Amino acid sequence: MTKPNHVNLLVNYCSKIIDPIGLTSSSNRILSTKIIRQDSFKIAKSFLFVLFFLMMQTGSLVFAQELEIRGKVISADDRTELIGANVLEKGTTNGTATDVKGEFRLKVKPGAILVISYVGYLREEVQISNQTYLNISLKVDVTQLRDVLVVGIGYGEVKKSDATGSVTAISAKDFSKGTITSPQELLIGKAPGVIANTLGGAAGAGTKIRIRGGSSIQGNNDPLIVVDNIPLESAGISGMANPLTSLNPNDIESITILKDASATAIYGSRASNGVIIVKTKRAMLLEKDLVVAKLLINYSGNFSLATPAKMLSVFTGDEFRSLIADRVANYGLTNAASTRLGNANTDWQKEIYQTSPTTEHNLTFNHAIASVPYRLSLGYLYQGGILKYNTIDRKNLSFAMTPSLLNGDLTLDVSASASLISNNFSNNDAIWSAVEFDPTQPIKNGNTRFGGYTAWTEISANDKLNGTPNNIATHNPVARLQFRENTSEAQRYLLGAKLDYKIPFISNLKATLNLGYDYYNTDGRDRTNTLASWSYREPERQLVAYNQTKTNSLLDFYLNYKLDWGVNKFDLTGGYSYQHFYNEGMNSNTSWIFQSPKITPYKNEYFLISFFGRMNYTLLDRYLLTVTVREDGSSRFSEDNRWGLFPAVAFAWKLTEEPIIGKSDFLNELKLRVSWGKAGQQDVGGNYYPYIPTYTASTAGAYYQFGDTFYPTLRPDAYDANLKWETVTSINAGLDFTILNKRISGTFDIYKNTSDDLLNNIPIPVGSNFSNFLLTNVGSMENKGFEVGLNVTPILESDYSWELGVNLTYNENKITKLTLVDDPAYTGVNTGGISGGVGNNVQKFIVGMPARIFFLFNQVYGTNGKPIEGLYVDKSGKGGNVAGNELNKYYFESPDPDYLIGVSSKVNYKEFDLSFSGRISLGNYVYNNNASNRALYQQVYNQSGFLSNILTDVRKTDFMTAQYWSSFYLENASYFKLDYISLGYNFTSLFGNNTSGRIGLSVQNVFTITKYTGLDPEVDNGIDNNIYPRPRTFMLSISLNY
Amino acid sequence: MKKITFLTMVALISAFIFTSCVKDLNVEPIDPNVNTLNNVFKDQAAYKKALAKLYASYAISGQTGGGGGSPDIQGIDENFGNYLRQYWGLQELSTDEAIIAWDDATIKDFHWQTWAPNDVFLTALYSRIFYTITISNEFIRNVNEKIGSASGTFLADLKAFKAEARFLRALSYWHAIDMYGNTPFVTEVDKPGAFFPKRITRPELFSYIEKELKEIENELVAPKQNEYARADRGAAWFLLAKLYLNAKVYTGTERYTDALTYINKVISGGYTLDNSYLRLFSADNNLSPEIIFPIAFDGQNTQQYGGMTFLLHASNGGGMPLYGIDGGWGGIRTIKDFVAKFNVKESDFANTTQYTPSDKRGMFFFDKSSWQWEITNVGTFTHGIGVTKFRNVTSTGATAPNAHPTFVSADFPLFRLGDAYLMYAEAVLRGGSGGSIATAVNYINALRQRAYGNASGNIQQSDLTLNFILDERARELYWEGHRRTDLVRFGQFTNGTYVWEWKGKVKNGIQTSAFRDLYPIPINDLNANPNLVQNPGY
Repeated sequence: MTKPNHVNLLVNYCSKIIDPIGLTSSSNRILSTKIIRQDSFKIAKSFLFVLFFLMMQTGSLVFAQELEIRGKVISADDRTELIGANVLEKGTTNGTATDVKGEFRLKVKPGAILVISYVGYLREEVQISNQTYLNISLKVDVTQLRDVLVVGIGYGEVKKSDATGSVTAISAKDFSKGTITSPQELLIGKAPGVIANTLGGAAGAGTKIRIRGGSSIQGNNDPLIVVDNIPLESAGISGMANPLTSLNPNDIESITILKDASATAIYGSRASNGVIIVKTKRAMLLEKDLVVAKLLINYSGNFSLATPAKMLSVFTGDEFRSLIADRVANYGLTNAASTRLGNANTDWQKEIYQTSPTTEHNLTFNHAIASVPYRLSLGYLYQGGILKYNTIDRKNLSFAMTPSLLNGDLTLDVSASASLISNNFSNNDAIWSAVEFDPTQPIKNGNTRFGGYTAWTEISANDKLNGTPNNIATHNPVARLQFRENTSEAQRYLLGAKLDYKIPFISNLKATLNLGYDYYNTDGRDRTNTLASWSYREPERQLVAYNQTKTNSLLDFYLNYKLDWGVNKFDLTGGYSYQHFYNEGMNSNTSWIFQSPKITPYKNEYFLISFFGRMNYTLLDRYLLTVTVREDGSSRFSEDNRWGLFPAVAFAWKLTEEPIIGKSDFLNELKLRVSWGKAGQQDVGGNYYPYIPTYTASTAGAYYQFGDTFYPTLRPDAYDANLKWETVTSINAGLDFTILNKRISGTFDIYKNTSDDLLNNIPIPVGSNFSNFLLTNVGSMENKGFEVGLNVTPILESDYSWELGVNLTYNENKITKLTLVDDPAYTGVNTGGISGGVGNNVQKFIVGMPARIFFLFNQVYGTNGKPIEGLYVDKSGKGGNVAGNELNKYYFESPDPDYLIGVSSKVNYKEFDLSFSGRISLGNYVYNNNASNRALYQQVYNQSGFLSNILTDVRKTDFMTAQYWSSFYLENASYFKLDYISLGYNFTSLFGNNTSGRIGLSVQNVFTITKYTGLDPEVDNGIDNNIYPRPRTFMLSISLNY
Repeated sequence: MKKITFLTMVALISAFIFTSCVKDLNVEPIDPNVNTLNNVFKDQAAYKKALAKLYASYAISGQTGGGGGSPDIQGIDENFGNYLRQYWGLQELSTDEAIIAWDDATIKDFHWQTWAPNDVFLTALYSRIFYTITISNEFIRNVNEKIGSASGTFLADLKAFKAEARFLRALSYWHAIDMYGNTPFVTEVDKPGAFFPKRITRPELFSYIEKELKEIENELVAPKQNEYARADRGAAWFLLAKLYLNAKVYTGTERYTDALTYINKVISGGYTLDNSYLRLFSADNNLSPEIIFPIAFDGQNTQQYGGMTFLLHASNGGGMPLYGIDGGWGGIRTIKDFVAKFNVKESDFANTTQYTPSDKRGMFFFDKSSWQWEITNVGTFTHGIGVTKFRNVTSTGATAPNAHPTFVSADFPLFRLGDAYLMYAEAVLRGGSGGSIATAVNYINALRQRAYGNASGNIQQSDLTLNFILDERARELYWEGHRRTDLVRFGQFTNGTYVWEWKGKVKNGIQTSAFRDLYPIPINDLNANPNLVQNPGY
């Protein structure tokens, strides 16, 4: 790599694999607004297919070539190679780009003129006479800033160097090249202040993102996601593991994360948890002189295999038989248990997991027709989960074009994407069943009632093979997979059109109209076979069907005015936004016996209307001031509380622009930032009318009998007429620097976010409303911390380079208020429900402590180091039954990490590249619910006549009965995870033609170092139960550019 | 000039778009199952549906069948947050009649009598009681608004509906006074919102319930004249009688004569003892002439994992006969001290798993090969004795109407004539006037004759003591949700004169503290409402 600054890396990455004629990387488009040739614009109505055929034709054109020219392009500034510079035979479409060594080869006609161009550099033209090797050095174009990384800030973009708020940008080159099925996964370990955890290992599983700890206690803590200027609905959709799964990560150009309120305030009411702006790729723009562009085709594909990384340790068949014998002989277990034992040795976990293949293919076309650049991308993904039958199959098509009209005064950015997704969720119940099912039983026992699969029958049934199934027994894990079909088909269409119009008569005034439409539809069914032994338990769930349609329509209109007045520069934006969210669907349950389905339909909508304005003021190019105001109206609140005002101010000082400091080889850039702002939250979950008194009718099955008639009932719903916005006030101070000839760049931020009027679902005085809990504005919380991000290039040689990225996040969370009336005796709100019994909680929300702090009895240990069953520290000193008194519980630790460190490294040596990324999480605590619930001797035999395997963890405690609140189960789950390691080989020609590409080998979830004794220390909210294990994935990938 | 025209145009268009769109923020629900308060009662039929919710509040805990999705109260799983389930639990699990094996939160604290103010089950029942009161208030308010403009049968309906709503509110307040004592107090005057309901003391609440029931006595439909499962005058009389019988506990003042007045009204209300004791607890109990007020369930139409579905499944397991359900959950059974009231011993089960004592009301299960008479581990369902009283088949063993293998069709007999007979005897014995010992003996013998199938179990006047009545109530009414109230009234709930297996968390049982005769005010509400005061001892 040549330049450690962002734009060059981005350009290099993009263009080293393409061979454009006058086409530059997509980021170039932003820089050169006038590049687009003024040309007539005729768009065919069925443009997609027409264009496709035209493109294929153009692509097949062959040019007569006579002379092969080779050469190298370097920077005149620092003599480094320029990778991905464009080399073009003037007046033709014949051209290429330089490779990783800055070299190129091109066949041209004798006497041709070569045009060499590169972003941020002046173009160079060379007349070909008889040279065969050219050494070309390009001079820096002082009119263009070289290090412009443009970042989206909502309703506009700024140069990264001019950003005043806390903004992190990740571009395509930073993305790991693993099996990434969702854009959210691209964030894992990449950005300071951002925690992204995958929720288990299922194919297409979701990712939970928290920016600076999350601002809400019980409200939504998901950041707002904006895709191509369309803010998405935060709630998910039924039948799709993750709403972002529908986007193809391959189509993403960059992700920008807005963290402090000054940056997010422009999104007002939905921005309290930060904003993630996703920008998808656009066609690369034409160089000035070009009429016809060469068709560029990029193919990338991969094949990978996922294997279970770790399984829970349970007793084998033989071990289990001796365990039962021992319990009967020495611990008073009824002999009935021995009589139920079988003779087999079945490893149930092995039976339900598999090594699963994943394959992905992406084909991208970049082209222009009639000077209208477009990009078409086709994607196909088939991902297999390690749980048998779990698959996701996704087909993507995305199309974008960027025509220009009216002499360039009107530019359009039109995009359309479609995704078709088929999910097979398999049956996750099999995971627990596989842990618990008696290992001495065979998979099939010859019965005829349950399809042959061994099933526990009622003890009263004389027929052990075909008797009435035992409802409360564990069910055969293999049958669980075999006899349930849980699938869904989803479609998503995302349409966007952005029109920028330079208003005539007024210079520098631009109007933008942004239209967006997001449509989802899911159809799902969940069917249990009549042979399933477990379906008797919940007959209403035997045949489940659901469908859901969601739409999100957006209209933004805003004006932008730029004014340069001596040393003062103003950039003013003001506008209006209208968004409508609509959600409709139904759930239907049928049992085999009673064929009439119970259908529950639903339908709802809400509106958001906003006015916003932003002023960027720059004095002397070094003092930057941003003032933002947004006024948001939400249909979720009553007229009195409907509007919320979210102001923000940020100031930045570019010290290196001060004459007395100046730029030097050591200090390339230094910027200080301070900001203050407010953002809000209006997402009250599934409640669309929380302030309106409403009545809900009951659905079938919830009728009441009067005489001989069953009447549906009408229920008044609880409501809070005074519900209003949750507000987060944030202050932030930061520092951005680039030093040592741009070899080290970094950022440091310190912040404090205060959330007030938290939307909190709290117990209310009974009798005052139509429930015992109500969502209301009460409570305050504080998040404070700091973040450091560092990018270092320790080695930068012509064929050897090393880049290293480190980021560190520290966050401290504290609840400062929970009740309307300050009451020191308030014992907080229980949370953290666990598996085992019902209503058992191990965490609390309580004033003065971090959210979800663990609240447990303090375990007492024996001299052998083992915990003594049921013996805890008598905190209250009242004696007696310590476990019977809540006052004896202690506040322990929080499930959130204190420090989170992300590390990524990339080494290039000649044609090879080697990269890895990993994470260190420190101080995150996990309650091992798997052990607390399933490592107990009592569970080996149930009175109703079935045996259950237990975890071998039981040897650590020898507990007979459940001790859910023992601090023994709370573990420090700090970890280091090597998420990804990859080795690649890059080539510039394949079989003699100028197809370039890369072949790579990579491993995901390479290893985890932790003291945590459970399956995986990466656990959502700190309670480890029933998690689909994250697989380890081995992948072979290839990309080709023609 | 052009510039100005252009800007004016932009301004005008913008103004038009903005103002018309801002109106979109005024939304009305579009969900087919949701209606606003302003619109819902435009339909006259809505009143009966809203009344049905008040009744359904005792049976199911949400608006979605099968117990999934739209719960009334929060802080507890929907199937646990069921009125009957928690009422039954607080009245029975805390006594000698039932013990539970499960690990659900603090559920075992009931039998041990070690519950605390933050108990999730105590909180659930408390919340359900006041939930029912609050929605009753809302209903009464809505009827009051309409009643002035109504006429004809609609007016008559509204009047009856309102009286029934007041009855149900009184019923819930009775549960409140009986279990929690000094509680919040709200009526139809208190509109929903954010406020702190005022506290009412036990004697004040007693007067309020008494006044309400007396006021609606004649508003309600005559006994046995209402549609099945709706409350009539008999139900109000019965509740008044219950209130008076326990008046000493609630107010410190005896009201046995008043109790007798209303018991007599009930007894002469046209109800008769069911010939079949078993039918009272079977899926055809809606046909029983003895039941005065039931909580109605139906396998197809009134479904939930709480309520009767819970009661039948939770008390089944360990090889017990299923009687129409699809399998047991292995949770609740009884203890040796209780079956001793039927003179049932372990040896009676030497050759059978279902020994029938001469008093056939004792319906127990014990399998000597896998069960254990004495409870050494509370968490093991097969320690103790199974109870087979409630069934999801008809009294003749036929399939239940609208049968469903999981959801039970049997109704819960909340008030029945048999109880009235025992209350009569007790009120007479405790000195109430308006009845006679001789009649009391006759009533008791009517019950015992049905129990024994002949006169062999009949008692003499000399046998009729308070202790006998307490035991007879246990034999006649066990698992019907009366036991805790009875033990408290007889002073034997917490004291040491009567202990049972695992009372006080001790194998052989010990005395517990007298303050536990009353449950605590749940901590959630104590924190939320500064007007409340915790009951002494907690």
